[in-house]
Amino acid sequence: MPKVTIDNITIDVAPGTTILNAARMIGENVPPAMCYYSKLKGSGGKCRVCLVKVTKSSEQNPRGMPKLVASCCTQIADGMVVENVTSPEVIEARKGVVELLLINHPLDCPVCDQAGECHLQDLSYEHGAATTRYDFGRRTFDKIDIGPYIQLHMTRCILCYRCVYVADQLTNERRHGIINRGDAAEISTYIQNVIDNDFSGNVIDVCPVGALTDKTFRFKSRVWFTKPMNAHRNCDKCSGKVTLWFQGEEVLRVTGRKDNYGEVDEFICNTCRFETKQKSDWVIEGPRRIDTHSVIAQNHLPYELDVVHPQIEAAQ
Amino acid sequence: MSRLKILTEHINKPEITGIEGYIKNGGYRSVEKALKKMQPDEVTEEVKKSGLRGRGGAGFPTGMKWSFIFKGSDKPRYLLCNADESEPGTFKDRLLMEKIPHLLVEGMIVSSFALGVRTAYIYIRGEYMYIMHILQQAIDEAYAKGYLGENVLGSSYSLDLHVHPGGGAYICGEETALIESLEGKRGNPRIKPPFPAVEGLWGCPTIVNNVETICKVPFIINEGGEAYAKIGIGASTGTKLISACGNINKPGVYEIELGVPVEEFIYSDEYCGGIKGGKQLKALVPGGSSVPILPQRLITTTAKGEPRLMSYESLADGGFATGSMLGSGGFIVFDEDQCVVRNTWNFSRFYHHESCGQCSPCREGTGWMEKILHRLEHGHGRMEDIDLLWDVQRKIEGNTICPFGDAAAWPVAAAIRHFRDEFEWHVLQPQEATRRNYGMGRSAEPIEQVTV
Repeated sequence: MPKVTIDNITIDVAPGTTILNAARMIGENVPPAMCYYSKLKGSGGKCRVCLVKVTKSSEQNPRGMPKLVASCCTQIADGMVVENVTSPEVIEARKGVVELLLINHPLDCPVCDQAGECHLQDLSYEHGAATTRYDFGRRTFDKIDIGPYIQLHMTRCILCYRCVYVADQLTNERRHGIINRGDAAEISTYIQNVIDNDFSGNVIDVCPVGALTDKTFRFKSRVWFTKPMNAHRNCDKCSGKVTLWFQGEEVLRVTGRKDNYGEVDEFICNTCRFETKQKSDWVIEGPRRIDTHSVIAQNHLPYELDVVHPQIEAAQ
Repeated sequence: MSRLKILTEHINKPEITGIEGYIKNGGYRSVEKALKKMQPDEVTEEVKKSGLRGRGGAGFPTGMKWSFIFKGSDKPRYLLCNADESEPGTFKDRLLMEKIPHLLVEGMIVSSFALGVRTAYIYIRGEYMYIMHILQQAIDEAYAKGYLGENVLGSSYSLDLHVHPGGGAYICGEETALIESLEGKRGNPRIKPPFPAVEGLWGCPTIVNNVETICKVPFIINEGGEAYAKIGIGASTGTKLISACGNINKPGVYEIELGVPVEEFIYSDEYCGGIKGGKQLKALVPGGSSVPILPQRLITTTAKGEPRLMSYESLADGGFATGSMLGSGGFIVFDEDQCVVRNTWNFSRFYHHESCGQCSPCREGTGWMEKILHRLEHGHGRMEDIDLLWDVQRKIEGNTICPFGDAAAWPVAAAIRHFRDEFEWHVLQPQEATRRNYGMGRSAEPIEQVTV
């Protein structure tokens, strides 16, 4: 199997693996990804925060690549040597990309529903400067009503295209897409149209920022005041495996089960997500482990992932 | 000695637009020769021997590009002609297609034959709609004469040629965006690899060439690759169309043998005829709006003190520190009264407007650069804006999906590199800067010795 070295750690991976996925297999110093989503075919390459430096292309070609490459869509070759956090050039470029992503993004995390589980927020803590050098008016859009469950607020969008891929790959008909170009590009249903199908709610889960949010949860609570619990139910449309977000005994929100990279394990249907919000609808499996770095873990002890704790079940 | 003309020899003859007149002047000989006497690989071999380089801007060897086409599958192959000419300052393909459309059709037939292509497309920019009708008429005439369609000239080779208009987006001149657009999608560049030669139009092996490149092929087949390689200088073989504009006495499209000194090109009566009104030369953009601007001291001589020639190598001599690029041949001349800050703002306005918005550095960065430049030009700039601008362009360059980001960043970088005093003057004298232009400034001073 081809060998690839990322930040001085060598790993054997299957041919055709991307640098990002190889780094995820190593599990350390994983490049961030705002647009790539392993469950969505064709995603990636757009946000440019996952840029890495290839210092050796392969065993046959010891020269590096002339430019930084997007790790999410560059395949490894045997003997490839990649620098991620060990390269100051990469860190600087990434910082630059984060700054560019933020110039037109409102810095109003305190009133944004995504705060606490926002990838852009994480990235800007990690790479961004404390102040902005952009002193022009920011791009703003009116909120667009795209149906009873989902709120689209383009002002926060970073155009990762993930929600477009969800509609293409999960549903029969895509009603939204990108219109206009350059920094006037926006997600739109042109002309205002309702997105109405059983799996439309997944656009909320894949959105890395607060552009697509759950209308049944908006402004009910902050995510770090809620407790995530894994739960399941029998569903004839999807796997029924979800994470419930509790405040006290009340289920405030239902989402897919997200892994370390914010990607859901399985996409869930709208019935599970929006219409079954009674605790009695669900079989509770146990608390969901939250990465300790996340603000959501602020009020909770970290638990093991997906382990059913008998004492908790008994208490319930 | 009269100038050698490969493309434009007959261009002023009125009958050349029609197929009869074109054949009378030696047209379609290369189709006869290639189809009746040559194998497809021999055609590619001749193009390789000619040293022909892509005329769209990047200057990649055409023969080598053709040899990359993936032959391991039984999928159909496609040849696309990139006629989406929309770089500010470049208007050479327009002349060819308008005046001598059959040359392009002839080139497309021979090139398609070499590549084993059965269906070829000319993707023309939407604003050239009237030229599309000219091309369509030429294609119809070629079908009627048996140069296109089933069994071309009685051989076993068949070819269909279509002309397709774009929707008016500069980005669709990028080859993968062109393919997306031709497929009927939004013109977003694709992530490479896979390259179009392996997976292009509808997932099939595809070659994309510029109009001028394709138009060179008939000459190469008629006269031989070696004959073509003798023209020009070094690795810059053959002739190049230069669309000259700006403050010169004779703006227009000139076919030059590569290797003509830049000084001669600007000042000789045969070409641009000198600066209008006898003014001083201030700056030059030698290859279309994307390439770095050169200050006066680096136009006629390189940093090493050698005369600067119109060739890929000589114009790039010194790298980006003291050189530029031949690019697509959009030759823009500025006299002493022009404002470099305003011009740079104008270019970035274009790039801001044309960015596709797919990847973040270009989508956000082009808009930011335009806003800063607007502020500088209109007397609201601050000294730190110049460094900020430098920093923003550096964060775009090299970090994007396609070369558009580089093309947007280079002109800004070069303007600051060579004309920083003029930017500073805009900050220090904001009132005056809105009333008059800076003049020559330091750009006329003798070159300092720089090591690169």
